[in-house]
Amino acid sequence: MTATDQLQIDRAGIRFKNIEKRYGSLFALRRVSLDVAEGECLALAGRNGSGKTTLLRIAARLVRPSSGAVQYTWQGDEDCATPRTGFVAHATMVYDELTAEENLILFARLQGLSSPAALAEKLLGEVGLDERRGSLVRTFSRGMRQRVAIARALLQQPQILLLDEPATGLDPEGVAWLAGTLRKLRDGGCTLLMSLHGESAISALATRAVRLDAGSIVADTQQGAEMHAILEFAGG
Amino acid sequence: MSLLSNTGALLGKELRTEFRSRELLMTTVIFILMVIVLFSFTFDPTSAESRKFGAGLLWLAFLFAASLMLQPCFLREQTNDTLSALRLTVRDPFAILLAKLAANTLFLLVTELLMLPVFAILYNVPVVRVFGQLLLVFFLGSLGVSIAGTALSAISAQARMRELLLPVLLLPLLTPVLVASTQVTAGLLDVEPFLQWKGVGFLAVFDVVFLTALWLFGEYLLEE
Repeated sequence: MTATDQLQIDRAGIRFKNIEKRYGSLFALRRVSLDVAEGECLALAGRNGSGKTTLLRIAARLVRPSSGAVQYTWQGDEDCATPRTGFVAHATMVYDELTAEENLILFARLQGLSSPAALAEKLLGEVGLDERRGSLVRTFSRGMRQRVAIARALLQQPQILLLDEPATGLDPEGVAWLAGTLRKLRDGGCTLLMSLHGESAISALATRAVRLDAGSIVADTQQGAEMHAILEFAGG
Repeated sequence: MSLLSNTGALLGKELRTEFRSRELLMTTVIFILMVIVLFSFTFDPTSAESRKFGAGLLWLAFLFAASLMLQPCFLREQTNDTLSALRLTVRDPFAILLAKLAANTLFLLVTELLMLPVFAILYNVPVVRVFGQLLLVFFLGSLGVSIAGTALSAISAQARMRELLLPVLLLPLLTPVLVASTQVTAGLLDVEPFLQWKGVGFLAVFDVVFLTALWLFGEYLLEE
């Protein structure tokens, strides 16, 4: 069994309540309220600067909202203040001066996971980098770095996976692989919240889509908007 | 327990990346070497003059070298947004700062110890007899520089004009450490070496106070 062929995990959801984020006089988000249900695969669409990345970073608790609150709903480990969350961002979030394997072992250790070396080996095999596991990340192509980034996000078998344009740098084969990986995660009960540009094999996984414009939600499939229209608009 | 294990893992990462790139150690060693050699040839000091001014020269060189070393401390984490990955992963953000602080102190101390024999030879100042006490002063002084420097590096990394901001903030803040370290070192370089316990105590108090402040407010320094 692989990390993505996991058993049903404890599900988790996110509730954004009246989220507002200002940078000086600029509004990145304006009173965004959104419930991401447990096990849902939600695609965030919108033009550049519409607030997708800010919303994802707020969900990851990397950015504090100016007002409003983020709540998490989940079953399982009550000792944890928040559910297990993985984040694949624009930047790869891995160290260029470490090898792919060293990066994964480092982050596994920081998360207190058992057998970090075995886990790293398994995940690198899954993302197709087992032969390059001892190579420094700085020698990798953009697509290979993105695979390491995805492996890092999957280390702790996340209940919530946040993805900011995850297909960046991936070739068509890589996109197909990523779509397969995300499908397994979604089917295993992992909640996916991803920002996308246009329709692709990855957007086809979405069970719901929301379009952001100038920091506000302007369309939602749950409110009757068409999935195709939302994704196609964002792509164009 | 997780604080210590996370700090250990992150310190290992800092040492490994520095061992591979050798950016920080090379920069600081070359800088201090240049200062020591240039002053030695420019002023050609006698042994008595060296004992009088050597400590100040040494600590000024250490301080400027430290500001060079501290600059990329958090900037490196911005290249691939690895600081966000650490913030997502590490339960206690103080571990991130503690690892940076430990690495900076270690790098600075190694540089100082590498440069000490060069200083002793060029300025004709015997240091073997007081090596243990010098090590104590170097450690306490470097720790003070690193604590304040790590905190300010975290702040300045997210600011505009970051290259200018760190030295501008760092140098005034470290004046007390510089003065105390210089006085204690001067005492140790004297013909009749003596350890100024008052200065050592001041350095220890400075380190404890700033380390406590870093522990209390460190989380906010790492926020976007």
